[in-house]
Amino acid sequence: MSYSEKVIDHYSNPKNVGTLDKSKKNVGTGLVGAPECGDVMRLQIEVDDATGLIRDAKFKTFGCGSAIASSSLATEWLKGKTVDEALSIDNMDIVEELNLPPVKIHCSVLAEDAIKAAINDYRIKNNMEAIKFEGSVVH
Amino acid sequence: MIKFPIYLDHNATTPCDPRVVEAMIPYFTDHFGNAASRNHPFGWQAEEAVDYAREQVAKLIGADPKEIIFTSGATEGDNLAIKGVFDMYASKGNHIITVNTEHKAVLDTCKHIEKLGGEVTYLSVKADGLIDLQELEAAIRPTTILIAIMYANNEVGVIQPVREISRIARKHGVLFFSDATQAVGKVPVDVIQDGLDLAAFTAHKMYGPKGVGALYVRRKNPRVKVTSQMDGGGHERGMRSGTLNVPGIVGFGKACELCRLEMESDNKRISALRDKLENALSQIEESYVNGSREHRLPHVSNISFKYVEGEGLMMGFNKEIAVSSGSACTSASLEPSYVLKALGLGDDLAHSSLRFGLGRFTTEEQIDYTIEQVTKTVNHLREMSPLWEMFKEGMDMDKIEWAHH
Ligand SMILES: Cc1ncc(COP(=O)(O)O)c(C=O)c1O
Ligand code: FES
Repeated sequence: MSYSEKVIDHYSNPKNVGTLDKSKKNVGTGLVGAPECGDVMRLQIEVDDATGLIRDAKFKTFGCGSAIASSSLATEWLKGKTVDEALSIDNMDIVEELNLPPVKIHCSVLAEDAIKAAINDYRIKNNMEAIKFEGSVVH
Repeated sequence: MIKFPIYLDHNATTPCDPRVVEAMIPYFTDHFGNAASRNHPFGWQAEEAVDYAREQVAKLIGADPKEIIFTSGATEGDNLAIKGVFDMYASKGNHIITVNTEHKAVLDTCKHIEKLGGEVTYLSVKADGLIDLQELEAAIRPTTILIAIMYANNEVGVIQPVREISRIARKHGVLFFSDATQAVGKVPVDVIQDGLDLAAFTAHKMYGPKGVGALYVRRKNPRVKVTSQMDGGGHERGMRSGTLNVPGIVGFGKACELCRLEMESDNKRISALRDKLENALSQIEESYVNGSREHRLPHVSNISFKYVEGEGLMMGFNKEIAVSSGSACTSASLEPSYVLKALGLGDDLAHSSLRFGLGRFTTEEQIDYTIEQVTKTVNHLREMSPLWEMFKEGMDMDKIEWAHH
């Protein structure tokens, strides 16, 4: 199997690798996957209190090239969106943008799950109810 | 000048040695006869070439040429040996002993035997990949007809104690079959001294062509027979029907001859390169060599780089360097290598493994480049690995509640 140009680009020059201060109230952290499954993704958002926009997003991923690319792309898409807008990011958009083959769809699902987990973490910290997601693998 | 791309996957297959190809070519065009055609020179020439190759193959493993049955490869050899013994010795018993780190060609054949009413014991291995000889002996029953244990493992290169195994088999009057695919041509294999009753191997793992292999079937002390698994013209002493692949067999013979003559000097050079690679990559923090380093093929090194995932790792250099990984992300199944798991590795370490298989044409420049690239990529990926960060912060990862799929 060969990788698309875009996957290779995100892999070689990942956007927004890093760590945000998870103790801050306006930072939401999502950690999904498991080492035994060969993939762990941590995605974080930092929300601007004044505007409600996602000011910064960071990720760290243990996984294949497609998983790394999916999370890198997700952080790019998250920046500048409101938290509600961020909820609309669908894993199939990632699949399409990165040209992922069917066996790599679960890597994009992981990214979507990480976004949702980060948003819920942010919501809980800010006294909002966690959103229940249908068929999600986030526990 | 480094020669690109760098091929370090010689346990999967090897390139044909140009000398092998040269020997084969006339048998496609000029000497194209059917070795079974007894009545004209085309047939005679082909038969002569096959006889010569049979000697070359036999000589490499210390066998008699009559004990060599040509097959299409090791998968067929494994099937023929196990199913053939199961059928032939049905009146004596129905129990087979094998090991859970065998190749699928052996394991799936054993599963098939179980469906046919046979009984199979799957021994486990120790952390170094070797079997426990006492466990083997204890597993033998009055109905045991065959011990099927590979000579050397294809993923970690670990060499089983074949001489001790054959001694136990002899003592109990049980036949010993070894899938010697990874060993023949790489390390000295001697059917007499090793006490093998049957052994399967294949040309494409030893610089010969794909699609041709052999099953060694002992003729004396004891005389072993297998029931053929394909019906037809009764070629190969009735054990394997089908027109012989003359060019392939000629190439196989030549490949065996080259291995016999060059094994010692090749191994000296290749094992020095392997050690250089392994020692350098072991310098990387949290890297682990998998399987016994002592009882091992000279050209293989299997290493786990903890906290990075194997396929992601290979992606860093796979345009230039070909290796393989035990990670599940490289396969259609979601399970990482069953061999590494049998050695007791956790799934996380199995996912993080790379297998380096060096070969006859590997150069020192290529190894130096590989060390550099692998080290660089491991570091690159660890910078983006959440697990690495947790490890560095001293977090106990077993305490985290992971969201398993
Ligand atoms: C140990 C072992 N047995 C059997 C085989 C199958 O060999 P072949 O490709 O000749 O069928 C292989 C090769 O993948 C192997 O490594
Ligand atoms: S993380 Fe395993 S296939 Fe992508």
